[in-house]
Amino acid sequence: MSSSAAGEMAIGVAGLSKAYRLGVDGGATTFREALIQKVKGSAPAATDILWALKDVTFDIRRGETVGIIGRNGAGKSTLLKLLSRITWPTEGEIRLYGRIGSLLEVGTGFHPELTGRENVYLNGTILGMRRAEIARRFDEIVAFAEIERFLDTPVKRYSSGMYVRLAFAVAAHLDPEILVVDEVLAVGDAAFQRKCLGKMGEVAREEGRAVLFVSHNMVAITALCERGILLEQGRLTADGAAGAVVQQYLRSLETLGVTPLADRADRRGTGALRFESLAIVNAATGGGLVRSGDDVRLEVRYRSDAPSLTNVHIDAVIHGPFDEQLCQLSSTAQRGEFERVPGGGVFTCRIPRLPLEAGTYRVTLYCTVNGDIADWVMHAGSIDVEPGDYFGTGRTNFEGQGHFLVTHAWDVEG
Amino acid sequence: MSDVLHVIRPIGDRRFPDLAEVWRFRDLCGALGRRDVTLRYRQTLLGVVWVVLQPLIAGGLFTVVFGKVAKLPSDGIPYFLFAYSGFVAWTAFQNALTRSSGSLLAQASLVTKVYFPRLVLPLSSLWSTAVDFLVGLTSLAVLLAVYRVAPGWPLLTLPLWIALLHAMGLGLGTLAAALSVRYRDLQYALPVLVQLLLYASPVAYGTAAVPARFRALYVLNPLAGTLDGFRWSVAGTAPPSTLSVTMAVAGALVSLAVGLVFFARFERRLADVI
Repeated sequence: MSSSAAGEMAIGVAGLSKAYRLGVDGGATTFREALIQKVKGSAPAATDILWALKDVTFDIRRGETVGIIGRNGAGKSTLLKLLSRITWPTEGEIRLYGRIGSLLEVGTGFHPELTGRENVYLNGTILGMRRAEIARRFDEIVAFAEIERFLDTPVKRYSSGMYVRLAFAVAAHLDPEILVVDEVLAVGDAAFQRKCLGKMGEVAREEGRAVLFVSHNMVAITALCERGILLEQGRLTADGAAGAVVQQYLRSLETLGVTPLADRADRRGTGALRFESLAIVNAATGGGLVRSGDDVRLEVRYRSDAPSLTNVHIDAVIHGPFDEQLCQLSSTAQRGEFERVPGGGVFTCRIPRLPLEAGTYRVTLYCTVNGDIADWVMHAGSIDVEPGDYFGTGRTNFEGQGHFLVTHAWDVEG
Repeated sequence: MSDVLHVIRPIGDRRFPDLAEVWRFRDLCGALGRRDVTLRYRQTLLGVVWVVLQPLIAGGLFTVVFGKVAKLPSDGIPYFLFAYSGFVAWTAFQNALTRSSGSLLAQASLVTKVYFPRLVLPLSSLWSTAVDFLVGLTSLAVLLAVYRVAPGWPLLTLPLWIALLHAMGLGLGTLAAALSVRYRDLQYALPVLVQLLLYASPVAYGTAAVPARFRALYVLNPLAGTLDGFRWSVAGTAPPSTLSVTMAVAGALVSLAVGLVFFARFERRLADVI
């Protein structure tokens, strides 16, 4: 489409709602159960209905880049799935004024045994490109991914960076008038992420496409999107300039602490293990007052219905004031998975000489059991850090000059 | 103002798959099919050998059990050739059925991440079934030459039997694919049912070997006419009766129609339950 298309309608969403029944309707998931129900004549158990999306209305025009913002479970993924026609709405309607390309995952359908070349064709057709179209843009895709030399190597031999680059290169060459992108930029190295973000921005501005972008990365949203849409508990609660909507989202996070972690519903995972509470403790005093440079420990209380759990990975991600991810404290990177943990207890993570500047930091908790996500709570809690004597000199850095304290030594030679 | 391309509404389930749309996704169908074939023949060194070995082993087994021990008649051709040709045809049906029925669950990650007409999945599974069948058919041709059995004019009817075998397998397969998303235990029951069907169909024995008083009932199995017809066209055994051919054609059409209708009803709910 020509750039003159900018400003024309791309997506019209009106009164869109999606309900999920908790538990499969009727309850039976096997013939055996269905038969037993028939024989006993028992009515299917009353099912709870969850409105993943409720009465959402907005329009998007060509040339716009729109960030969809919200906490886990706010309805972002449901909205993308509805737009991508993966699932159908319960109420309302969506009008699509053009070919839609959606990217809910990097490398959908990639097969490790197939070569890079074969995967480009496979993945491209899965994403909706015609074979001839892929052939035409093949060299461009390969050049973008920077994997020319490995084209005929099975992708199982690729480094994860190469894999992601190839997968994203295919997606970046989709030619839809409407592009829907889920949080897929969380993978890949920073340089390539910038390249992809640049490509997406270019697509919207120069070619008059509409781009919808979901991310937890508020820095990326503000950089890439002009407009933001905020979803909270399935409802649209803000729609406007990206910067303002991001601010509103960040403010809404501040009220999160009100709900105890154990009662939070905006979590994902199987529930094989559930986080109950998060606290930061000063190792010297045992109290909650923590200053930069203190020896501290994060304490994550959890419970489980099982007497014990195997192969447990836990990590905490510390977020800065723009919700950017500052660092990850990963059990797997630091010590390997916990082979066995008791069915309830406290994970502790010791951090000597806390290298964070004074401020409030939100913490996301994530854990897998045997490789399945067991619990994942975005912004599970926050930690307050008071100014402290990190360098042992009685002095502190200027305020607002960064988030981290790094042990260092200045010198001069003449 | 540009035109509305799609309106997505909470409309009910479809009555019949949108075949025009499936056709628009033919490249995807081909890509998935090619992937299956590539993987099947690349991953296992024995790829081609295995495809030939299966009917050889089954044919050999049947020869010992039914040919030598039970001494079943084989319509004037060597029993091994009889069983081998039956098994090549049966394998086409069985692969079409089991591969298409497993295609949805095996590729659930595609169903929840990308839009395409879901019928593409069972359809694309036919690709590898067809390639396997061609390998089997080639080996059968070699075997015919070895036994010096020359097919006559009935060979011209071969495409009909091939089409019927695949259509029946695909029809039942799409039905099972849709049902197995809802009822997970179906995928365990299916192999048993297929095994039963193998012995209820003229693979190891000819319809002529069925006692006359059961034969009227026996030919109601649409596979009876199809398998007899296949063997008649390649190896010159007794031709299938008109009734059994009618049943075969009707069976293929009905199973295809039922499969597609059922599939269309389930298609839009797939991503929510898979």
